[in-house]
Amino acid sequence: MTETIATTDASPMGRPLRRKEDARLLHGQTNWTENIQLPGTLHMAILRSPMAHAKITHLDISAALERPHVVAAFSAKELGDLNGSVPCVWPVTDDIQMPAFPALAVDKVVHVGDCVAVVLATDKYAAADALDAIEVDYEPLPAVVDMEAAIQPGSPSVHDAADGSHGTNVCYTFPLQPQGPGAYEAAVAAAGDNAVVVKRRFINQRIIAGAMEPRAVVASPMGMSNEMTIWSATQIPHILRVLLALVTGLPENSLRVIAPDVGGGFGGKLQIYREEILAVQIARKLGRPVKWVETRSEDMVATHHGRDQIQQIEIAATKDGKFIGLKVEILANMGAYLQIITPGTPLLGMFMYPGIYKMDVYDFNCIGVFTNTTPTDAVRGAGRPEATFAIERIVDELAVELNMDPMALRKMNWITHEEFPYTTSAGLTYDTGNYEAATAKALDLFGYDALRAEQEQRRASGDPVQLGIGISTFTEMCGLAPSRTLGALKYVAGGWEHCTIRALPTGKIELITGTSPHGQGHETAWSQIASSILGVPVDDIEVVHGDTGRAPYGMDTYGSRSLAVGGQAIKKAAERLVEKARIIAAHQLECSGDDLEFVQGEFRVKGDPAKSQPLAAVAFEAFSAHNLPDGVEPTLQAEATVDPDDFSYPHGTHLCAIEVDTETGKATIRTYVAVDDVGVQVNPLIVEGQVHGGVACGIAQALYESVEYDKDGNLLTASLADYLIPSAVDLPSFTTDRTVTPSTTNSLGTKGVGEAGAIASPPAVINAVVDALRHLGVNDVRMPASPENVWRAIQVAQGGAK
Amino acid sequence: MIPIAFDYVRPGTIDEAIAAVVAAGEDGKVISGGQSLMPVLRLRLAAPSTLIDVGSIAEMSGVTDAGDHLLIGSNTTHYAVMNDPLVKEHAPLLAQTAATVADPAIRHRGTFGGSLAHADPAGDLPTVALALEATIVAKGPNGTREIEAKDFFVDYFTSALEPDEILVSVKVPKLGKGWTTHYEKFNRTAQAWATVGVAAAVRRDNGTIAEARVALTNMGPSPVRASSVEAALTGADATVDAIAAASANAADGTRPTSDLHASAEFREHLARVLTKRAVVTAAGV
Ligand SMILES: Cc1cc2nc3c(=O)[nH]c(=O)nc-3n(C[C@H](O)[C@H](O)[C@H](O)COP(=O)(O)OP(=O)(O)OC[C@H]3O[C@@H](n4cnc5c(N)ncnc54)[C@H](O)[C@@H]3O)c2cc1C
Repeated sequence: MTETIATTDASPMGRPLRRKEDARLLHGQTNWTENIQLPGTLHMAILRSPMAHAKITHLDISAALERPHVVAAFSAKELGDLNGSVPCVWPVTDDIQMPAFPALAVDKVVHVGDCVAVVLATDKYAAADALDAIEVDYEPLPAVVDMEAAIQPGSPSVHDAADGSHGTNVCYTFPLQPQGPGAYEAAVAAAGDNAVVVKRRFINQRIIAGAMEPRAVVASPMGMSNEMTIWSATQIPHILRVLLALVTGLPENSLRVIAPDVGGGFGGKLQIYREEILAVQIARKLGRPVKWVETRSEDMVATHHGRDQIQQIEIAATKDGKFIGLKVEILANMGAYLQIITPGTPLLGMFMYPGIYKMDVYDFNCIGVFTNTTPTDAVRGAGRPEATFAIERIVDELAVELNMDPMALRKMNWITHEEFPYTTSAGLTYDTGNYEAATAKALDLFGYDALRAEQEQRRASGDPVQLGIGISTFTEMCGLAPSRTLGALKYVAGGWEHCTIRALPTGKIELITGTSPHGQGHETAWSQIASSILGVPVDDIEVVHGDTGRAPYGMDTYGSRSLAVGGQAIKKAAERLVEKARIIAAHQLECSGDDLEFVQGEFRVKGDPAKSQPLAAVAFEAFSAHNLPDGVEPTLQAEATVDPDDFSYPHGTHLCAIEVDTETGKATIRTYVAVDDVGVQVNPLIVEGQVHGGVACGIAQALYESVEYDKDGNLLTASLADYLIPSAVDLPSFTTDRTVTPSTTNSLGTKGVGEAGAIASPPAVINAVVDALRHLGVNDVRMPASPENVWRAIQVAQGGAK
Repeated sequence: MIPIAFDYVRPGTIDEAIAAVVAAGEDGKVISGGQSLMPVLRLRLAAPSTLIDVGSIAEMSGVTDAGDHLLIGSNTTHYAVMNDPLVKEHAPLLAQTAATVADPAIRHRGTFGGSLAHADPAGDLPTVALALEATIVAKGPNGTREIEAKDFFVDYFTSALEPDEILVSVKVPKLGKGWTTHYEKFNRTAQAWATVGVAAAVRRDNGTIAEARVALTNMGPSPVRASSVEAALTGADATVDAIAAASANAADGTRPTSDLHASAEFREHLARVLTKRAVVTAAGV
């Protein structure tokens, strides 16, 4: 009944409301996991491997037990059966190699930071001090860090084969050839002399998630009855509960997982970590609360990393610029172990290499590779930034080869707005989009022609500071996804989301969501959606989340899914609540439900506005139950679980103008324009924040951040002095705008936004850097485009190869 | 932060501080702003048995005009230094450089003396002290001693201070008429240390450069004077070309390291480019 949700002028949908959670957060009225202090808590400190690859030849924890305030210490031996195995829920192929991943290493360590033993003490200082007393002898084994070396025969192997013989570092091989094997080669051959082929090797470097709040966990066996309560700085309390039950054997119905205030995640907290398993198992064994708070140094080695691909990419087009096809071969670094979705992360990008372009054939292959490094997994964008970088970079290279303007080449090949829904060469069906509109708006804001003119002039005058222009016309897939599709991809869980809405007797609304925000502003946005349907003020809606005790159903927050999927559940639950209330109101007003209209939070008898009943009164009636119609049960609540029809496909056009100092190699962004199409915006202010953060994150990858190891597997970027995260001072003022092309597969018309900026921006920046240096013979600059990488690219191009 | 346990004392005078340093013995460590020492403690790279916090010793703070030089108390924060009218007038190079150190929070805590005592090859202020030919005043159980900046920075994170000495103040000579200065800092993010930095001070005599001092940050274990550049600049025309030619020698005699932010080779290149820029700006060409 569409008229029941007709929004009025008073509707908060689409308004840039300030986030209602912020006053509390900014005033420090917060509840981080570290703030949780339970009587009798034991603090856990972890002894981590200083070696990238070694046999543990001797390990004795006993001296640690003699240290003051120490209550217990464990290595794998003492933990015995409680040393659970860390799960991976995405075995992408039938023959994937899935090595054992014990919470505490058994006999062998495989990366720097691997967990070897733990100490539990009554204070955190004593626990850290006592780590010194643990005796460990390592027999170093050769380490392998470089992926290309790791897949050579005879390379040291990170894990032995199941039968104990020398293993292979190939975790899996995953091809995707929608047009069949050999179709790409055949299409290129068929084009004969008319085909132009450009090949490149791109490195999408390893980065960290870098949440402001490091990880933390408190496991308390002191709950009611047999309950074990686990507070964790996690993005996924619901999934964590299921997995902790499976790993520990504790009954799921005795586990309660709470994600209290969580200070950022960026994928790094989309995980079940060994520290969480250890805290639960040891709390269970000792019968006392166990607490672990990660240090920043641990965060660098032990929280999963992201990206890390070597891409061989080849694009074929006709001489006049029509794309024929794309061939992509990637090596994806798994690190030393498989975490929750390590193997699937690069495959989240496999459908996206064709981007927004029409082409006949697509050929993809991914080899997952083990190395003696920290495991990788999802970090903001997870697979799609890598794909988008590859396609948007190579389109620029093709434009140069064809001597065409890079924007003209894009326009010639992109899906036009009349062509939606459009099934791409990778096999996805994009529901909607309007690349023309977003691009037109971006070009307008950017001043493309004037910048090109300035570029010409700087080139002509030999200015040491050159100007470059970079384009990224991107799309991405987020809001995973119909559960059926996830099943077909061998992902263990589904992609649905849940919402329960309760109208309380006092007229207040409790909105219980299965999403688990950690900075996104769900409390405000979710209230806006419910308010627009229920007519109740935003401030009268309390959003309950992140606690499996209070919000029992959910699939949590990652992959830009919360609004795209969870928003639909809110809408459906709210509409159901209105329908139940309508029955009660009709009874009260002695009319038929069809005679009622629901406007601004009250039921009004059509044609007789004097007769009305506000929702709050209906809620009280449902509570007192004095006069309910026959067959209507007391309480006014409704729930909905929505399995999305499809992925969500946000898109946009990002343009970057960058000044490159050719003497020092320093690249400074001058103008950055981001026009995104995220469909209907519930709260444009929150969208704006997400775009800013995402773009900053992508610029950080393009210009600053990189996880570096030496050849022995020692982490060189072990602190934030070495791993450079830019701050606001280092970033330009962004020019942003939106076009709105509502999604047709989403009942709210919304799309995801959390990752879009991080996906779009790296190629815009690098294309700009390369464009600035093209006349010097440069046709690629490695990310991050640090001063030295830029300077070296110029040196090499100028023949002074270094 | 989970450092190794230590004792903590907070003397109120210089003499009390020296007594505390002597009492603590080898494993004592002086702390002032803590902006370099705390990270070291956090990483458990140092395990002092006692921290002697000199931060509240009033007689070690502030800037005074001492005639031909400024006397800057060791405890004077970067923030105070960069905003001090005397420093701005008589040692603008120091004011300008202090403003480039880290971020506002760190500048409000970190101190001038601590920065020199720390002797970080990537520190900006040691380079400025060298360029301005400052003198470091240290006091220990045997009394006060003065050390010229050129003798003070001995090696990586090593100064000429004796373990029982406290850096009390710094004498910064006034540059006098005709001198103009500039610090050219090259770093990757706003609050990062210098990849390379160049302090330049120039005295112009009409169209020529009468005198020049150039000191380099992060081009070796300690700040160094680019003496061949200085020699080439003396008497040279105050033109971009002449300065560029002189700056080509900037890496001579340096020993930069390779790290994540730059290789030694790139640092040598940067030293040349940045020296040119620093001198051009200082000379107002
Ligand atoms: C993120 C970050 C960025 C930074 N960036 C820069 C930068 O760009 N440029 C730069 O120059 N610096 C930078 N610093 C360092 C900063 O300038 C520090 O303030 C300074 O190096 C040390 O001063 P402090 O007073 O904090 O010394 P502390 O940390 O207290 O002490 C440092 C060392 O000096 C010794 N010491 C301190 N005071 C005395 C004294 N009176 N007598 C004897 N010994 C003493 C201590 O024992 C210790 O060994 C940065 C620091 C951080 C954390």
